Amino acid sequence: MSISTYQRRRTTNSLMLSLCAVSAFLAVGVLVLILGFVLAEGISSLNIDLFTKMPVPEGEPGGGVANSIVGSLITIGLAAVIGIPIGIGAGIFLSEYAGHRLGDVIRFTADVLTGVPSIVIGIFVYGLVVLRMGNFSALAAGIALAIIMLPIMARSSEEMLRLVPHSQREAALALGISRWRTILSVVIPVAQRGLVTGALLAVARAAGETAPLLFTALGNRFLSLSVTGGPIDALPLRIYRYATGPYSEQQQQAWAASFVLVLTVFVISLTARLLLRRR
Amino acid sequence: MRWPWRTGNTGDAIARVIAVSLGLSVLVLAGLLIYELIDKSWQSISEFGLGFITGTTWDPVAREFGAAPAIYGTLVSSLIALVLAVPVSLGAAIFLSEIAPPWLRNPFSFLVEMLAALPSVVLGLWGIYVLIPWVRDFVEKSTLGHLSFIPLFSGPPFGLGMLAAGLILSIMVLPIITAISRDVMLAVPTSQREAMLALGATKWEVISGAVLPYCRSGLVGAVILGLGRALGETMAVTMVIGRGYNITASLFRPASTAASTVASEFNEASYGLYISALVELALILLVITLFVNIFARLLVWRIACSPGVIRE
Repeated sequence: MSISTYQRRRTTNSLMLSLCAVSAFLAVGVLVLILGFVLAEGISSLNIDLFTKMPVPEGEPGGGVANSIVGSLITIGLAAVIGIPIGIGAGIFLSEYAGHRLGDVIRFTADVLTGVPSIVIGIFVYGLVVLRMGNFSALAAGIALAIIMLPIMARSSEEMLRLVPHSQREAALALGISRWRTILSVVIPVAQRGLVTGALLAVARAAGETAPLLFTALGNRFLSLSVTGGPIDALPLRIYRYATGPYSEQQQQAWAASFVLVLTVFVISLTARLLLRRR
Repeated sequence: MRWPWRTGNTGDAIARVIAVSLGLSVLVLAGLLIYELIDKSWQSISEFGLGFITGTTWDPVAREFGAAPAIYGTLVSSLIALVLAVPVSLGAAIFLSEIAPPWLRNPFSFLVEMLAALPSVVLGLWGIYVLIPWVRDFVEKSTLGHLSFIPLFSGPPFGLGMLAAGLILSIMVLPIITAISRDVMLAVPTSQREAMLALGATKWEVISGAVLPYCRSGLVGAVILGLGRALGETMAVTMVIGRGYNITASLFRPASTAASTVASEFNEASYGLYISALVELALILLVITLFVNIFARLLVWRIACSPGVIRE
């Protein structure tokens, strides 16, 4: 092999490796750039009024997004109550009961459902719930978010339950404990931490969703505590309205609300990750 | 004889029924989703037929609905996103799985996953106030603006438009493609790399000669999953694309995607046919993303389940 070939190979090598490193730094750089803006703009317009006051009429200074925060808590709470048990149940079915063929079909469907655009889910729930009930509601929004959480929960719970060693199930069964008791008292407690992680990640995903809320929660300038009574506000919806509006006070509040939303989503994701690591 | 409910079997039977029905709920949901969308868009389907997909006029006032501009916008903005994001994602994935030392790998992977967790509406806010002015002043007025003799780069420098949408989408698909390709590359057996190294290959030759060819179908799957995300992405795109209903070659002009049209017009749709047309748009979006996702999952599943893969 000639020296020049060797040189060329070494040059190509270092060139391509550096390009890969540059790409990785670029990807992380984009995140830092976006987070930087949200942090800088968000903190500068963050104040206690944001959490305690209602929105004021357009163009007036002051006011807050308390109604949106409360609305978000209600809708996400409903979504968690509906989506997490069904999701874990589906996960239990996939790991403990499903035969090969049916299991694969459900697994595949769940994976494909994860990729369905959230706006399509929103339209679906609009037809399924909002039209049938006759009005927009927190319940409709909760159902939409629960549908987004369900396939994620099902797949993550299945993975976590599968990590439980077979010997533990067999030990319980050998003691004459019935199958459902084994699952409830042996398998689930062992996989508990993983299940919580999956649930937290699903909640984090639902918390940031906006598109499905457009046609289910609709948004509301006033405080609503009703589950079925009428339109309700949510933090992402409020950010969307303020960000696309012409009033600078509202735009500043959109940055502050974004900061709160991003912080919440990141804290939930981080907790989930730390839980899993401590295993 | 023991009472049936005293044995474990009754409990097991009940538990089984509950588990099976919860498992089947996933299938029921998928079926209901497709049924409901077809049902609610039936008015529009029977009124326009196939003309809905080929029609180029979207005019709610004249009761004329053609989805071609929205479908075109969806495809073009996603294509821009892939062209920009795929090289960077693959590079970043190679860095994370093959090059980075372990102490750098974990924080970087974590940051990339955080980028995926950013709510779309926050990205849209950033897009309106940071990305759009930047696109207007530094891309459309100066650099690419000088190339206005190319139809692609002609048009008024609004900032708002197809290019901005493609850019924001590329940021959104970047972490997805990176994370999945990294996982796919990590699934390549070490023995493959060792064989190349034993022949005296450089690090890059190992990557391009052994790692990438071995997991090619998984990488294609990762890119297509990214495409699926880009096609359906709504909020950030709606906020920066600017609502235009013309099919033009210009990337600088306002455009719209299927998702952005539904998001921005659904609440102002005032009569049945209008709503039905928007639902049909959502249905078309669903069908496209279903096909894309099914194809991608099959590719990714194949590499994850192929007998040659031994996790070490």
